[in-house]
Amino acid sequence: MSKVKVARKSTRIDMTAMSDVTVLLLTFFMLTSTFVKKEPVQVTTPASVSEIKIPETNILSILIDPKGKVFMSMDKQSDLMNSLDSVGNHYGITFTEQEKNKFKLASTFGIPIKSMKTYLALKAEEQDKVLANYGIPTDSINNEFKVWIQKAKKINPDLRIAIKADQNTPYKVIKDVMSSLQDLRENRYNLITALKNETAK
Amino acid sequence: MSEIQTNDGGGKKKKGGSKQKKISVFVDFTPMVDMNMLLITFFMLCTSLSKPQTMEINMPSNDKNITNEDRDAVKASQAITLVLAGGDSIFYYTGQPDYKDFNSLKLSSYKADGIRAFLLKRNTEAVNKINDLKEKKLQLKISQAQFTKQVSEIKGGKGTPVVIIKAADKATYKNLIDALDEMQICNIGKYVIDKMSPAEAYLMKNYRMKGQLSQASAK
Repeated sequence: MSKVKVARKSTRIDMTAMSDVTVLLLTFFMLTSTFVKKEPVQVTTPASVSEIKIPETNILSILIDPKGKVFMSMDKQSDLMNSLDSVGNHYGITFTEQEKNKFKLASTFGIPIKSMKTYLALKAEEQDKVLANYGIPTDSINNEFKVWIQKAKKINPDLRIAIKADQNTPYKVIKDVMSSLQDLRENRYNLITALKNETAK
Repeated sequence: MSEIQTNDGGGKKKKGGSKQKKISVFVDFTPMVDMNMLLITFFMLCTSLSKPQTMEINMPSNDKNITNEDRDAVKASQAITLVLAGGDSIFYYTGQPDYKDFNSLKLSSYKADGIRAFLLKRNTEAVNKINDLKEKKLQLKISQAQFTKQVSEIKGGKGTPVVIIKAADKATYKNLIDALDEMQICNIGKYVIDKMSPAEAYLMKNYRMKGQLSQASAK
C-alpha cells in the first residue's frame, strides 16, 4: 500500500512556480502593451534612421495607402465626436446622438461626408468591409481632408499630426496632403517610419 | 482545484514525534497556468510592442511673400538641389542649374556611395565636429543637453550646405523618407522640401535626351 502512495505523489508537478512566471509575464505584457489599431488598409512604412518615438496621446494620424486613399484617426473619442459635429455643420449635415456615438467607436475613419450617414447606419462588420473602398477626398475641388484637419485642430489645438504612408505611395498624393497642411499653416508634423539600422561611415 | 491531503506518516517514523498528523494543503495550479498562458498569447498577438519611429519635419509655409527671387538667392548661394525622380533615381545639382549644359544635372543613387558620399563631402566640417562631440559624449565629458545644443549649433552654422529636396510625382514616399534620412545621416541642418518647378522637369528631360533639348532651343 505505502509503495503505491509514494509513486502517485511523485508524478505530480508543482505548478506554483510556473504560475508565478506566467503571471509575471502577463503583468509585463499588460503594462507595456498598446493595442494595435484596426486599420482599414495594410500599410508598410518605410524605414529610417530616425530614433524619435512618437508621443502617446493627442495624435491625429493620417493614413495613406499605396493607391492614395486617405484615412484619419484620433485617439480621443471626445475629439472624434466634436469634429464630426463641426465638419457636419460645415457641410450642413446634422448628425443624431446615435450616429455620433457610433462614429466615436470607429478607430479609423475615411468616408466622404455625403456618404457618412449611410455609412453610420451600417453594422460594424459591414463598415469594416466598406471602409477600405472609400477615403477622404483630398482633391482641390472638394478638399474635405482640409476641413477635417482644420476642425480637429480647432477642437484640440494640442493635436500632433502624424503621417503614416505606405512606402510605395506616389509622391503626388503625399504632396496633396502636405500642401493641404501647408495651407492650414500646419508646418510641423511627424512622419511615421520603421526603424532601420544604418550609420554614416 | 485544491486538495487536502492527509498524511498519517505512512510507514515512516518521525523523530520527536510531536505531531501525529500532518495535513498538507496542495492547490493544483495547472488550470491557472493554462489560463495565464492563454491570456499571454492574447496579449502577445494583439499588441504592438515597438512604438513606431517618427521623423519630425518642418515645412516652409505656403506664404506668397516668398518670391522666386528669394528662392534664387538661396540657389545662388550654392545650395544643393536634390531631384527625386521616379524609378528610384535621384538627380542633384548645385547652385543655379545651367540650362544649356545637360551635365550640370548629375544622376546619383540612394546607396551609400551615391548621394550620401557627395553630401558628406560637402559637409565634412560639420560631420567631423559632430563626430568629435559624439566621442566626447561617449566619454561622458558633456551631457546630453549640451550635446544636442552644440549639435544644433553646428548644423545651423555658417558654411553648412543648404539642401532643397524636390520630388517628382512619380517618386514614392520611400524615396522622400530616404532623402530625409540622408539629411540626418549627413548632419545637414538646413533642408527644405519644395515643389517641383518646370525648370527641374526640363532639366531632367534634357538629361535623358542628352542635351538635345537645349541644343534645339539654342538653334
